[in-house]
Formats: sequence, structure tokens, C-alpha cells
Amino acid sequence: MAANGNMTPTEYISHHLTPLQIGEGFMAVNIDSLGIAIVLGVFFLWLFAYVGRKATTGVPGKLQCAVEMLVEFVDKSVKETFHAKSRFIAPLALTIFVWVFLMNAMKLIPVDFVPVLAGLFGLTFASSSVKGYVGEDAGIFERAMDHPWSYMKAAPTTDLNTTLALAIGVFLLIIFYSVKHKGLGGFIKELTLNPFNHWSLIPFNLVLELVTLIAKPISLSLRLFGNLYAGELIFILIAMIGLWQLPLHFAWAVFHILVIVLQAFIFMMLTIVYLSMASEKH
Amino acid sequence: MDINLTLVGLLIAFVVFVLFCMKYVWPPIINAIEERQQKIASGLEASDLAEKDLEKARAQANEELNAAKIEAAAIIDQAKKRATKLVEEETQRGHAEREKIIASGHTEVETERNRVREELRKQLSILAIAGAEKILEREIDAQKQSDIVEKLVAEL
Repeated sequence: MAANGNMTPTEYISHHLTPLQIGEGFMAVNIDSLGIAIVLGVFFLWLFAYVGRKATTGVPGKLQCAVEMLVEFVDKSVKETFHAKSRFIAPLALTIFVWVFLMNAMKLIPVDFVPVLAGLFGLTFASSSVKGYVGEDAGIFERAMDHPWSYMKAAPTTDLNTTLALAIGVFLLIIFYSVKHKGLGGFIKELTLNPFNHWSLIPFNLVLELVTLIAKPISLSLRLFGNLYAGELIFILIAMIGLWQLPLHFAWAVFHILVIVLQAFIFMMLTIVYLSMASEKH
Repeated sequence: MDINLTLVGLLIAFVVFVLFCMKYVWPPIINAIEERQQKIASGLEASDLAEKDLEKARAQANEELNAAKIEAAAIIDQAKKRATKLVEEETQRGHAEREKIIASGHTEVETERNRVREELRKQLSILAIAGAEKILEREIDAQKQSDIVEKLVAEL
């Protein structure tokens, strides 16, 4: 039902890329990203905690096998990269991997499905807030897409807020681990006396090292966001070309299965690498 | 696509999720995995050990079997020897018995022959006397002529 009714392609695209927001300016909250991300995170934790509580050391069931495979995979990745002892890094990596994967996987839901469903909910439970761009005589889907609730976006990782929140969390951990393993003095020394160990070059070093430090969360968040946002845009564009969208959607979705897992894995791996760099003495 | 309060909310959610994962999700699963690994390792070790034991038991059984075979062969050998010896002994005894029986038979026959000969001699003497009586057709004092008869008998 792409670009149907009174919507122009531009309106359709911007509709799909606009988050469902309440509030204004910085105090605004993207209900869709926040809500879906939390629901997915809770689902992940519930599922894994459920498996963990029922975990048997004997012959495991199929669900336990799947969960254990994931846990072992993450554990192996962490042990290969992060050499200092820490009981925190592996759960962190697991949370990042599974959570990001689940949020990315929301992209495989057809682009119009969630907005229309949310719009129908809106029409049912909050019919007074209809914008009224389309008349009462329009089709039910068009009226659903007209409802403000239909700005619901399925994949939280197509929102820069989500990826940046994760990256800032990792950034804070980088600083924490740097200070913990090198001491505050060691951390400051690393920032000021690298790569040129001379007092007169301290400002130059500081700029260089700060850029390196800041680049980590920025690149981390923008990589995930960029990949997913671009993919989402292509999904939306494909959704506008009529009947031929079906095979194209399929092909793009199949390709995206790779992107989804890969981006989650890269985010996890880079987090481990950054933290291991932060906790290693030079 | 502005940065807004969502970021703060998600950051808090992220922290909470990671802490929850570290406290309640990761430990039981990794413990289960590690315990199972230990179990499998000890199981494999036990099976290795059992295999070795089996090998040992097999070797021992083989050894004992061989010893038993050798012993059995010795016993059979001994028995054979003994049987041969027994047969030989019996044969010898039989031979001796036969010889003895034959010898006694011979003596018996000899005695019988002697007896018969004596009998015959006596009969013949009587016959000779009777013949002589007939020839002489007279009364001969048997007592008087007995020395002649004796002579005659001895000559026979």
C-alpha cells in the first residue's frame, strides 16, 4: 500500500523516517525507539534468565542449546580479545550482541506493517488525535497512516539516539577501564605524552589523543546507525515501486539478514577491543 | 533525527540491562556450560581409564588362557605316557600269566602222561602175566615169579 492515497513519495518517505515523538526539542522522547528497545531488551533478558534458571548440566534442551551456543560464542570472542580478568566484559558483550541483533532484526518486519498497525491502534483508542489530512471517506489503511501513532518505527537502531546511547555507554566504560587499569595519572599521561613524549608537545598530543578517544564512540554509533538507516531507506524506496517490490524486498531482506548479524557482531567485537585496549598497559 | 532525551533513557536502559545480565543471566548459563564441560571431560577420562582396564583384563585373560593351555597339554602328555606305561605293564603281565599258565599246563600234561604211562605199564604187566599164564598153562606162583614180572615191567 505504498504511496497510496494522497501521500506523495516525499511525504511517504518522511513519514517513515520520522520518529514517534512526544515533547519538544531536546526534551523530546522517541517513544518508538525507547519503547521497542526496552521491550526487546526485556525479552532478551527474560528469555536468557529463564534458560539460565532452568539450565541443566546434563543433556540440554534445544532452547538451552541455542542460548548456550550464543553464550559460548560471546565468551570465546571475549576470551580471545580481552586478556585481563573481568566478570563484566562477557555479559556486557552478550547484552550488546543480542540486544543490537534483536533491534536490527526488527527491520525484517515489512516497512508498512508496524506503522499501519500502530495507526489502527490509534484510530481505535485515540481517534480524537487524527490529523485529518484524509477524509472520513478514505480507506482504513490511509486513515491509519494519517494517525499520529503511525509514526511508529520498528527498528530502534535506525534512530541515532539508540546507537549513540550504546556508544556513550561503551565510551564511559572505556574511560572507567582506562582509569581503573592505568590509574588517573596513567590515563592522563597516555593522553598527553603519546605519541610524542616531550613536554612541549603536550597540547598537540592531547588534541590527537582526544580525537582518537572521541572517534571511538562516534564511529561505533555512526557505523551501526548508518548501515541500518541506509538499509531502512532502501526498504522504503523499494516499497514505493508497486508490484515489483515483492521479489526486491525479498532479495534485500535476505541480504539484510547478513547486515543485521554482522553489525551486531561488529558492535560487540569493537566494544571488546576498545575495552581491552583501555585496560592494557603500554 | 535530533539527539534528545531518548538517548538518556536508552543509556539508562542499557546500563540496567547489562547489570541485570551480569547478575542474573550470565552466571547460571556459563556455570552450566562449564560444569557440563567438566562432566564431559571426566567422563572421557573415565572411559579412557575403563578402556585401559579392559585392555589389561584382556591381556591377563589371554595370559591365563595360554598358561592353562600349556598346563592342559602337559597333563595330556603325562596321561598319554602313563597310559602307554600302563598298557605295557598290562601286556607284560599278560605275557607272564600266559607263560605261567602254559608252563602249568605243560607240567599237568607231563604228570598225566606219567600217570597214564604208569597205568599202562601196570596194565601191560598184568596183560603180560596173563599172557604168560596162558602160555605156560600152568600154575605159576605169582609170588615167586613176581621178580620176573618186575623185570618185564621195567623193560617195557
